[in-house]
Amino acid sequence: MTVTFADWITELANWVFLLIAIPTVVAAFFVVTAKNVVRAVLSLVITLAGTAALFLMLGAEFVGWTVVLVYIGAVVILFLMGIMITQSPLAKSTELSQPMSTRTPAILLSVVLFGVIAWAVIASFGAEAIPLPDEATRTASIGEAMFTNWVIPFEVVSFVLLAALIGGITLARRDPTEEDAT
Amino acid sequence: MVASLTPTLARMALFAEEGEHEIQAGDGGWPAEWAWLIVVVPLVITFLIVFFGKRSPLKGWGMATFGMAFVAVYGSVLAWVNLDEGIIYEGAIEIGQIGSFTLEWGWVVDGLSIMMYFLVGVVGFLVFVYANGYMKGDIRYTWFFASFSLFAGGMLVLVSAPNLIQLIVGWELVGVSSYLLIAHYWEDFDNVDAGNKAFMVNKVADTGLFIGAIIMALSAGSFEFSEIYESMVGGNSTLAQFGFWAGLALFIGAMGKSAQFPFHVWLPDAMAGPTPVSALMHAATMVTAGIYLVARLFPFYQLPEYGGDVNMIITIIGAITLFFMGLLALVQDDIKKVLAYSTVSQLGYMMAAMGVGAYTAGLFHLFTHAFFKSLLFLGAGSVIHAVHSNNMSDMGGLRKYLPATFWTFMIGTAALVGLFPFAGFWSKDEIIASAYYSASEDPTAAAWFMVVLSIAGAFITAFYMARAVSLTFLGKYQGHGEPHESPKIMTVPLIALAAFAAGTGLLNAPGLTHVFTDWVTVRAFPIMEHHFEAPSWGLIAIVTPVVLIALAIGFYLYRPKQTQAERDEFSIPVLYPLLEHKYYIDDFYMDGIVRPTMGPIADGTLWIDENVVDAVPNLTAGGAKHTADAVNTFDQRGVDGVFNMLSAATGAAGGFLRKAFTGRVSQYAAISFTGVVILALLFMIF
Amino acid sequence: MTIVQFVLLGAALFSIGLYGVLTRKNAILVLASVEVMLAAVNVNLVAFDVYLGDTSSAGQVMALFIIALAAAEVGIGIAIVLMIFRNNRTADVDDLDVMRY
Repeated sequence: MTVTFADWITELANWVFLLIAIPTVVAAFFVVTAKNVVRAVLSLVITLAGTAALFLMLGAEFVGWTVVLVYIGAVVILFLMGIMITQSPLAKSTELSQPMSTRTPAILLSVVLFGVIAWAVIASFGAEAIPLPDEATRTASIGEAMFTNWVIPFEVVSFVLLAALIGGITLARRDPTEEDAT
Repeated sequence: MVASLTPTLARMALFAEEGEHEIQAGDGGWPAEWAWLIVVVPLVITFLIVFFGKRSPLKGWGMATFGMAFVAVYGSVLAWVNLDEGIIYEGAIEIGQIGSFTLEWGWVVDGLSIMMYFLVGVVGFLVFVYANGYMKGDIRYTWFFASFSLFAGGMLVLVSAPNLIQLIVGWELVGVSSYLLIAHYWEDFDNVDAGNKAFMVNKVADTGLFIGAIIMALSAGSFEFSEIYESMVGGNSTLAQFGFWAGLALFIGAMGKSAQFPFHVWLPDAMAGPTPVSALMHAATMVTAGIYLVARLFPFYQLPEYGGDVNMIITIIGAITLFFMGLLALVQDDIKKVLAYSTVSQLGYMMAAMGVGAYTAGLFHLFTHAFFKSLLFLGAGSVIHAVHSNNMSDMGGLRKYLPATFWTFMIGTAALVGLFPFAGFWSKDEIIASAYYSASEDPTAAAWFMVVLSIAGAFITAFYMARAVSLTFLGKYQGHGEPHESPKIMTVPLIALAAFAAGTGLLNAPGLTHVFTDWVTVRAFPIMEHHFEAPSWGLIAIVTPVVLIALAIGFYLYRPKQTQAERDEFSIPVLYPLLEHKYYIDDFYMDGIVRPTMGPIADGTLWIDENVVDAVPNLTAGGAKHTADAVNTFDQRGVDGVFNMLSAATGAAGGFLRKAFTGRVSQYAAISFTGVVILALLFMIF
Repeated sequence: MTIVQFVLLGAALFSIGLYGVLTRKNAILVLASVEVMLAAVNVNLVAFDVYLGDTSSAGQVMALFIIALAAAEVGIGIAIVLMIFRNNRTADVDDLDVMRY
């Protein structure tokens, strides 16, 4: 059913939504424009946290907490480690972004892309409403779906993770013989 | 003789169904049926010697001599059966067809062929035995016997031929082996030239043979001798029309092989070959092939409406050969050349005999001549072997050193000059008698010419042989060292041949025996000739003194005490140089025929070939080349140009486009996302 | 709650992330921008999953997969950046232009 703007404003859920969405977007913006590396990565944390909150709002609890655990808990730490090891300038630096000549087309592109997607969506769905579920998605049902319909991708992903594990170790280690030779 | 009878009568007489002219003969039984072995065995042995000779213990000599012994024995068996009951047999295998002519390979077994088998076998066997000793140590020993066996096989193919084609095959086979054997010592170019000369002269004469064979076959309808005779019986107008030309052409072929004037020039030079070759081929067998051809076609030549007119030519040529070539033997220093010219002269006797219709006499002389001439040659070989020189000026007094050779040589000489009772007396005198008879029956200039020259020839023969014997065996030895007698393997054949030379005359003593006549006239078609019932004493009274006087003069002139200077007083001014230069015939041939052919004619032919004959292909090729060039240009500039341009364009585009690959990831991402956006837009709009 | 708001949010995040990928020079920050884009995708997926009322929760399962793969990808990415840094002493993507014409 379509929703009019008046209906939308008066619904509390939408205010909560705005409350979560706006910081998310702003933080994302900071990720891509901050001049301080650490600030950029920490903004990423906020972005991811915002998405997790949205998931919870939608009732996808398992996904939401997984985001918190994996993304914020591990990936961001990984980023911070990367920053340290590559000795990125920890202070404010202008060397983090391209010059304006390169940025302009990028801005253009991003805006166009956003415009295209927005137009597509609005043209398709209009003001259709999402009925929020009565209860959150049961993790058991996700588990069922995972291990019946999606078991093969599950296995494949486990392979991918294994490969990533091995790859990461192989790539990152210092080979002792190489060093002795040089 | 027969020529005086009218054609009809002649035919009637020749082919009488009854009477004394019909030949009684059997078919020879199994010896005749298997007679093809005579031809095949030597050829197979040639093959075996070529492949296995070097490895065999006797190095090919054993196999070769076995072959000849086989032929000799078989020939003797056939001769025996022939004498007993006569054989007329012709075995044949059909090989194929050319147009309307059937090709057959066959073996004729009749009197004439048996005589030749016997001759080839016996003389060949003795010469082969001799050759073991003579050729010892020669580096091409095995090959020599292979060629010699090939020759024997070829000769047997020739004399066993029932048709002209096989005869030509045998003819060429002996020609080839003659060439190979003359040039046996080919390290010396002169020997190679001699071989070439023999081959070339024979080849020129062979054109006559081929043309004659073709005319004969087309006129008579077949190459087979038997069918030619049958068509003569039936009366063949085409053959009558062309018979003269066929006969003449065939005779020219015979002239080449039998060294008749003017095709005689190869025989003296052929002495460059080893002496056994000279003995067998150029005395006894190969050179008799021409005589054999004329003998084989004797019925043809005897009938006036067919080949009869050629007889006059045959007689004249034979007579010229016998006298003028005999003269040349007088001025030779090389003992083998003396014998060579003597052979040419005796071949003239045989050919002239055929010309006057003396079939038996001619063949009898062929038979006896084979024995005594090969004896003389082998004796000369023995002398040469001892003295290591061919020239009589290096010899002399060899009577003491080579007794066996000397006595056998004397027997051979006696046979050759025609001394009673040796073979030549009977055979040569029979020829002269036949010539006289024919001249008196049918006086033509040719016949009288022959009579006179044959008596003069007897004089000359005796003269030059006396000279040869004197210079070689009497007097003092002119060389140095001590010549030694030849080994037994060489002297035993000499003795055997001497026995034949002495005894064979008795085979056909006129009035006493006519064994040879009976032998040789056993043929499918009866031979019309005069048979002598008694010796013609008148002729003997003329000829024998002539011979004896000649011998006396010869021995006197060349007696040991004579020096060369004293002899030169007798030399006749014009005659001697003429003889020395062999009547300038060789020079004429060389400068008149060979040099122009090699020079201007060859050049002219080459010019025509290059400019006229080759013009068409050259023009075509030139045109093709130009077309090819044009196509090539089109291909290179046009077609390739397009491709080159395409590739250049691609390269340029690539060069231009690759600037997009800056290596910067962000740029790549930008471009790809731009693409995504555009795609999305497109999806949405459409 | 409309679906459009969630999708618009996702679109916004995606565009911002895209801007960051194209603009950032530091390799680590490029990877961070990629994370932002992936987060946007997750939002999209889960929103549609709830909107469609899928009993098999396909959208959420897919979102889980994306999270796992994103983590793996970041791990490898950081490792690669480390290697590059070891060889070149720089993490600047503009300096990594060896693979050009």
